[in-house]
Amino acid sequence: MVSIQLTGAEMVLQAFEDHKVDTLFGYPGGAVLPIYDELAKGKNSIHHYLVRHEQGAAHAAEGYARSSGKVGVLLVTSGPGVTNAVTGLADAMMDSIPLVCISGQVPSHLIGTDAFQECDAVGITRPCTKHNWLVKDINDLSRILHEAFYVAASGRPGPVLVDIPKDIQFQTGTYIGPETIKHKSYRPKLKANIDKIDEALKLIISAKKPIFYTGGGVINSGNAAVQLLREFVRLTGFPITSTLQGLGAFPGDDNQFLGMLGMHGTYEANMAMHDCDLLINIGARFDDRITGKVDEFSPHSKKIHIDIDPSSINKTIKVDVPLVGDVAHVLEDAIKLWKSNVYKVDKISVKSWWGIIDNWRKTDSLSFAVDKKVIKPQYAIQRLYELTKDKDCYITTEVGQHQMWAAQHYKFNKPNRWITSGGLGTMGFGLPAAIGAQVAHPDKLVIDIAGEASILMCIQEMSTAIQHQLPVKVFIINNQYMGMVRQWQELLHDKRYSHSYTDALPDFVKLAEAYGAKGIRVQSPADLDKGIQEMIDYKGPVIFDCVVDQNENVYPMIPSGKAHNQMLLGKDNEDKEISLEGKTLV
Amino acid sequence: MESKHTVSVLVDNEPGVLARVIGLISGRGYNIDSLSVAEVDAESHISRITFVTLGNEETINKMIAQLQKLIPVKKAINITLDKKGIEREMALVKVVATGDKRVESLRLSDAFRAKVIDTTHDSFVFELNGSPVKIDAFIDLMTPLGLSEISRTGVVAIARGSEKL
Repeated sequence: MVSIQLTGAEMVLQAFEDHKVDTLFGYPGGAVLPIYDELAKGKNSIHHYLVRHEQGAAHAAEGYARSSGKVGVLLVTSGPGVTNAVTGLADAMMDSIPLVCISGQVPSHLIGTDAFQECDAVGITRPCTKHNWLVKDINDLSRILHEAFYVAASGRPGPVLVDIPKDIQFQTGTYIGPETIKHKSYRPKLKANIDKIDEALKLIISAKKPIFYTGGGVINSGNAAVQLLREFVRLTGFPITSTLQGLGAFPGDDNQFLGMLGMHGTYEANMAMHDCDLLINIGARFDDRITGKVDEFSPHSKKIHIDIDPSSINKTIKVDVPLVGDVAHVLEDAIKLWKSNVYKVDKISVKSWWGIIDNWRKTDSLSFAVDKKVIKPQYAIQRLYELTKDKDCYITTEVGQHQMWAAQHYKFNKPNRWITSGGLGTMGFGLPAAIGAQVAHPDKLVIDIAGEASILMCIQEMSTAIQHQLPVKVFIINNQYMGMVRQWQELLHDKRYSHSYTDALPDFVKLAEAYGAKGIRVQSPADLDKGIQEMIDYKGPVIFDCVVDQNENVYPMIPSGKAHNQMLLGKDNEDKEISLEGKTLV
Repeated sequence: MESKHTVSVLVDNEPGVLARVIGLISGRGYNIDSLSVAEVDAESHISRITFVTLGNEETINKMIAQLQKLIPVKKAINITLDKKGIEREMALVKVVATGDKRVESLRLSDAFRAKVIDTTHDSFVFELNGSPVKIDAFIDLMTPLGLSEISRTGVVAIARGSEKL
């Protein structure tokens, strides 16, 4: 197809089809009625999932995108429709998730008049999208839609928004197919400079205490990147640690894997980061949760940084060898070069480095005291992992203590199985994200590991799960507190638990039943396995209320303003003073 | 060390592009001292944005990296850093004075090669081109002589030599 005459609304659906979009999350409203009308005509094979709140649509699209590697698409109306979606767009921006958000806008002649349900959608979403467009001419629409999909998915992925006034949706114009459209100037660089790669390899062969530090960029780069990473890490025999977003790129139960690093990372991962002489960052961004105190971060190491986004280089941490490019491309070139030059690592030094690391491992920093009477939250996650590990599960989370325990105790062996809000830290993310992941993988077990506070932020999406027969499981680690807030208040604010206790929680079993789902409550460790099995076996959506110890904290922990080698390992050393400077950090 | 840097940005001249550039700068906590923008290629719709900001070299580098991330931004460079940049600004300066002060302002304007573009019995409007430093100096001199109003274009800049941005 070169060009055909279509209405704006038809163009939107045609573009979806041309970009192989078969799934749409959305909520109708006045300014998108023409597009919804086209959906009703059923000429296209697009499955629309009706959410209960536009934030849910955005998170569902994120869950869909993260778990499938495809672009997530949402459709919302003007005004409140698009402002509700903003949190999801900002979340996708921070975690580099490709989304295309189509928003309706009031008719062109009403723009700027404070019309009913009007808002400056492109203005509001400008800082929280990778790019956005307000369509002013029907004949620009097809080009903009194709550019939108291109921009969202290429380079460092991210959310984009196309704001379409209602009159444009009705107008007829020329639709040009995607094959003839090329963006004017946006061409992300995929391959890194080969001399720079060689420079990096030379650092790798002379390293005595090296470590790989990998992030979400590996997952975003795709399956090839994951395979190449595994090959490269095995080729070198170096230890590897991962950020929250990178979990699953390297098998979580592999001996070379040190566990997650950062604020709640393992002792061995953080100590190795601190003491290493070579740090190889692949697709991570030196986030403040990772670095701790910047000027004491990995002070003795040379640093290599592979990132597709040039602005990530030297943003917070100065690096010695920047490699700007796509992870898969860079690793492919690196492995080729490695093999053709017959490079070898310093095996003796690396062996003694492993000796040091194995000693740190003995600290067993994720251990906790198991209790016979109350369920420890870590124990709940461990049991959930043990009972589901053979099922190729997709795990989403909300934000808080449960999220960190899930990251610590659930082992991921494959990419795209772990979907969590890392950058923005959005409570309410997990349930809609689970819905999105379930839509992408209808036959897989999808579990939202939740907290009782977070889950209430998007609980309305249970209704979506019921309507569309999506058997998501919500596993609530219920300690009645906003646990992470409570933990910080305990450690930093002399145990003044200001408004972090929820006094009037709903009965989650009855709540599940009210929605038409199954509710399960477990209060004793003895009943836990049976309850989890019941949840797994149930064919529809489940809310699992796992009542846990209210006082448990997430350890290990790097307190604010401290370096990696100043971790708190447990209750015993909680009384260390935290400076005022540290308290101001979040 | 913090100092003034002049940054030139070539962008696709599409709606909202200025807001994107400015929003990014303010959103990441940087300040703008001056700003000028106009289309420079009517055929391919490319605009040039020039702004002056305060910061150290590293900060400006980060800012430029962030600017280059914007989809419509084609190029961004620190003109000051290249040490080859030519910077010019235009100012319209209104001086209201009579008698000796009026004569003195006219005499000084001549020394600065400023043009008189409007006059009444008790006022002048001077047009002055030059580096921002020269314009600052002129304004300082006019202040005691009845300086009434100033309008400045903000800095425009270009690199010396045959190289193209």
